Amino acid sequence: MRVTEMITIYINNKPYEVSSGQTIMQAADSVGFRIPRLCYHPKLSIEGACRVCIVEVEGIRNYVASCAYPITPGMKIKTNSRELRQARRDIVELILDNHPQDCHTCERDGICELQRLAYSMGIRHRHFEGERKHYEKDLSSSSVIRDPDKCILCGRCVRICSEIQKVNALRYAHRGFKTVVMPAYDLPFAESVCTACGQCINVCPTAAFVEKNYTQELFDKLQDSALIKVAQIAPSVRAAIGEAFGLGPGRAMEKESAAAMRRLGFDYVFDTQFGADLTIMEEASEFLERIQSNGKLPMITSCSSAWMKCMEQFYPDLIENVSTCKSPMSMTGALTKTFFAEKIKADPARIFSVAIMCCTAKKYEAARPELRVNDLAAVDLVVTTREFAWMVKSAGIDFLHLQGEEFDAPLGLSSGAGTIFGVTGGVMEAAIRTAYELYTGDTLIDIEVEDIRGFAGIKEGKVMMDGREIRVAVAHGLGNACNLLDLVRKEPDRYHFIEIMGCPGGCIGGGGQPYAGSNSIPLDQECLKKRAEALYGLDRDKTIRRSHENPEIQKLYREYLGRPLSPLSHKLLHTHYRPKEPRGIIPQEIKAR
Amino acid sequence: MVTPLSIIKKKRAEAIGKIIGGGYLSTKRVYVGMATCEIAAGSQEVMAVFKKAIEEGLADVYLSQKGCVGRCNLEPTVEVVEEGKLPVKYGKITPQKARDIIERHLKRGEVIEEWTLNNLEAKAQKGIREYAVTLCDGPGCMHKNSKKLAEKLEQELKEKNLDDKVSITLSGCLGMCDHGPIMIVNPGYTMYGKVKEEDIPSIVNDHLINGRPVSRLIVDEDYLFNRFYRFFGDVNFFGKQMRIALRNCGISDPESIDGYLSLRGYEALAHVLTEMTPQEVIDEVKTSGLRGRGGAGFPTGTKWEFTRRAPGDEKYVICNADEGDPGAFMDRSAIEGDPHTVLEGMIIGGYAVGAQKGIVYIRAEYPLAIKRLEKALAQAKEHGFLGDNILGSDFCFHIEIRLGAGAFVCGEETALIHSIEGSRGMPRPRPPYPSIEGLFGKPTLINNVETWANIPVIILDGARWFSSIGTETSKGTKVFALAGKVKNTGLIEVPMGITLRQLIFDIGGGVSDGKKFKAVQIGGPSGGCITEEDLDTKIDYESLQKAGAIMGSGGMIVIDETSCMVSIAKFFLDFTQNESCGKCVPCREGTKRMLEILTRITEGKGKKGDIEKLERLGAMIKKASLCGLGQSAPNPVLSTIRNFRKEYEEHIYEKKCAAGECKALIDYRITDKCVGCGACKRICPVSAINGAPKEAHVIDQAQCTRCGLCFDTCKFDAIAKG
Repeated sequence: MRVTEMITIYINNKPYEVSSGQTIMQAADSVGFRIPRLCYHPKLSIEGACRVCIVEVEGIRNYVASCAYPITPGMKIKTNSRELRQARRDIVELILDNHPQDCHTCERDGICELQRLAYSMGIRHRHFEGERKHYEKDLSSSSVIRDPDKCILCGRCVRICSEIQKVNALRYAHRGFKTVVMPAYDLPFAESVCTACGQCINVCPTAAFVEKNYTQELFDKLQDSALIKVAQIAPSVRAAIGEAFGLGPGRAMEKESAAAMRRLGFDYVFDTQFGADLTIMEEASEFLERIQSNGKLPMITSCSSAWMKCMEQFYPDLIENVSTCKSPMSMTGALTKTFFAEKIKADPARIFSVAIMCCTAKKYEAARPELRVNDLAAVDLVVTTREFAWMVKSAGIDFLHLQGEEFDAPLGLSSGAGTIFGVTGGVMEAAIRTAYELYTGDTLIDIEVEDIRGFAGIKEGKVMMDGREIRVAVAHGLGNACNLLDLVRKEPDRYHFIEIMGCPGGCIGGGGQPYAGSNSIPLDQECLKKRAEALYGLDRDKTIRRSHENPEIQKLYREYLGRPLSPLSHKLLHTHYRPKEPRGIIPQEIKAR
Repeated sequence: MVTPLSIIKKKRAEAIGKIIGGGYLSTKRVYVGMATCEIAAGSQEVMAVFKKAIEEGLADVYLSQKGCVGRCNLEPTVEVVEEGKLPVKYGKITPQKARDIIERHLKRGEVIEEWTLNNLEAKAQKGIREYAVTLCDGPGCMHKNSKKLAEKLEQELKEKNLDDKVSITLSGCLGMCDHGPIMIVNPGYTMYGKVKEEDIPSIVNDHLINGRPVSRLIVDEDYLFNRFYRFFGDVNFFGKQMRIALRNCGISDPESIDGYLSLRGYEALAHVLTEMTPQEVIDEVKTSGLRGRGGAGFPTGTKWEFTRRAPGDEKYVICNADEGDPGAFMDRSAIEGDPHTVLEGMIIGGYAVGAQKGIVYIRAEYPLAIKRLEKALAQAKEHGFLGDNILGSDFCFHIEIRLGAGAFVCGEETALIHSIEGSRGMPRPRPPYPSIEGLFGKPTLINNVETWANIPVIILDGARWFSSIGTETSKGTKVFALAGKVKNTGLIEVPMGITLRQLIFDIGGGVSDGKKFKAVQIGGPSGGCITEEDLDTKIDYESLQKAGAIMGSGGMIVIDETSCMVSIAKFFLDFTQNESCGKCVPCREGTKRMLEILTRITEGKGKKGDIEKLERLGAMIKKASLCGLGQSAPNPVLSTIRNFRKEYEEHIYEKKCAAGECKALIDYRITDKCVGCGACKRICPVSAINGAPKEAHVIDQAQCTRCGLCFDTCKFDAIAKG
């Protein structure tokens, strides 16, 4: 690596030693000046659109956007002059003036970047109010709602969708005051290439993107005594939900979550991690079968609902490579309405199956017709971490002081392997733990597969199984996934097994996770690391860390399914995907993919 | 040895041969203007008349189309050229007039004086002359007493009774200051240098009376711009101009590469390839002092040098022909009139910076310009001026055309690049500049049409000559689209340093309809207004900026007393608001709020503090916007506030629009002059006028929409507007 030289710059008349090759914003950050900012995001390209981060540079007539402008030795920068403060304030007021004044009834009241910015700019009066733009909300998607009226055109959603996710579902349309973000040709979200990953929601500073909210419906169902209310909760929800209650990231709140679910009124509280263990049993077996019978390789995981939609529309040629296993949520849901219903001798139609997920795309998955079981939805309703946390608050449950509780049998017990499903590389690691032992009959000593941990976009690893080299790869975020699959198209024999998660960091970075608080930014790398660490910690603390050692899983096969890949397993736990025509995207961008 | 130069000389000889073979040596040559504007004025029909006449046997006449000469309000234009005589230039020609020209002029040799440009144009000397004398009145020659020479010549002609046979025109700087004072005598284009008062009698006697040029005074230098003067120098409108970028527009068939070759076309390229290293080309452009003609005025040579020095083997050259200012048509005319010049400039630029590929980004609304450009590209390829191993050298260069969809912001270079790349045309922050990181991330040189058109001249006539024209900081010429309330509207190219007053009153002929001059808006939506007080401002980048306007790409609109300055500011801001790409907040939201304030002021709903809000927003938008569009969007508002604050205040506090343009602020009343004729009552579209016949009528103010039809209709001056 090139050694960066230290140079002197002047900020507000005082000299500072900073590394060269940075932008003004980066240099200022490094010496403790956090210049106000809005459209900037460290993981996205520089937009320079909001002009909130402007500074004065001596010798330059206009203000410069500090996010974009490189420092030079001796540069004299002012971040806080009277004139600049007024300009910055006026810019933020201009944003506010074209934004609905409905903070009190807005879903992001109190956790809105624009509110915080307006406050810190000291906007106490409006000088320039006038017409406000108006566009209809796009309510078509089962997962993501787009409300252009609240959009302040920072472009983060456009950039995350194209740069990080490479889905290109969002773009600018029209000009001037009428500028709006929408899918190409103004196609409704539901008909567009949107994968429902919800990353636009994560990065949106306001409520221009929110999940389709089902909390009221769920409250109503929970009051319905004719129903048996069953809930499952995804691994990464417990790694992040504390943040919604003001805790720093990284607090694992598994047992508190179970307790809160019961207090909300669920009759049975299950764990999606049980479904994860089951997925491993099926998926590892499917993989071994493909290996042994020269089936289609590499096999690609199918847990991530956003990835499934992405694959169907952009990589239909790889459908045969994708595992037929349903996701842990859908497996748990399927068993809830079959195995569990039989066990409690209840009519499955009376069971109301709810999934609490870190993910917005799971709402889309739950509605997919091919995942129905005996003509019933496996999961009737999905709420995100955010919705769940809100319900807990709204119901007056003192989440932070709850006495932890255990999940219910039979779908509540899970291994550490099921826990790490929530972080990128976790499914692969869990699968290796089981596949190795199923294939070799030996015990895998070093079960923590470091090569595929961490946040590199694409990770590669190798496992020797009885002298046979198994090459694996892991990608998280759909953009990385696309890069990896483009490689697979070119070199079909490069890997045997691939894990793909639609969201950056895996499910812990899901589109339904708590919004960034006042001292953090969306998708902050440190935050993701801490959420991951919480899950790895839970795994470490467990005695059972391999899915096939989960006694409830063993019992399920003994009592009900028979064996992995049995006809009943196939009926309940597997599915097939079909190509989808990519729509709401300009043809050029499909070609560019 | 075969060199690019020897090839081009051969090609030129062949081209001239072909033109002659096409009948060029006929006694009379007829040129019909065929640019978009001319065609819209009816030149195709005029052309058809001449074609038909020739088909039907009209002999000894050579017919050619030509590009736009820039005489907008007198189009279609037709020239009849006869060797040894001053070319006759007709304006406002209809098919019937064309038939008359055929009968009277072409067949019988009778010049129809009343249809000539000189006769039609304001301020021109009327009548048909035998000789046209042009005296350079540029600063250098003026210093050497050119005015005195003119007086002396006038006096001498009067004494010899020649004053109706010889016209005298004062020109702008001709860039030959070393030889000044300069005098040009047409026909024949004899150029005299270092003319002294005592030389006048011999010039009059020998040349103007006896037809023998005074050889001792002749300056034997051939400059490219001369060719235009030969045709048009005696018309006042053109005499004061200097055609460098537009040197061939209006004197050659733009669809014929032979025409271009005959005018030393592609010789600059051949010269560069034969005798100059890329660095020498850049040095020449730097020495010339040429600055970007797209508006901002960045030194062209420096830009070329940045691009040449930027690391990377793959580089691009772009011609920005995305002309979008309302009322601007410089680039369209230049391409329609002389497409090869632009291509030649680009090829030279490509050679200088080490690019392999050029792109002309032109708006799709310019179909004729595109067609001519495509034709020129094909011709240039066929002749080996484009493609691999150009003119036998190692240099390879290709040009393609990309069409823009007409977004104003795509004139901004980074937005233009995004548009070519297939993305939405939105600017991005600079640095990095396109010269380092441009099209597809490669170093890219972007210049506009007019800038490119200057390049061949700089190479052939030399940087030293080029830099002798203009002012300290601004060299060469600038093209303007002169429009609005001025008598002679048109496309003009003037030497830098000419004053606005000369431009508007000498070339433009002053304000039309006897109205009073109020302001001139320069630079379109990015520019500002200059008032009477600053009319002696010189045309150069710095002076215009100091006076509160900008050079811009060349829009120039003359405003008279009947125009409301608030409405004008509103017009431009409405344009920029609609054309804002929507990316940055100051431009997208700020211009909207400014527009709202202006709108309410014009509607009589202005409030105390509105002017201050406009100023506050305007200052912020200028300094905080992402690209040039936003940074200059408030200029029309701020400059009108600065110069016409009282007019704003009248609108806000007195609810008055002195110009009578803001409908909400005026009313129409019928005075006691009314005779009850009923004309107003009949024409009123909303039946707001009542009154019995032969009795005074009354306007119902609640009904009245202030359309002004009654005012225009009344023959008795009985309707007052106020």
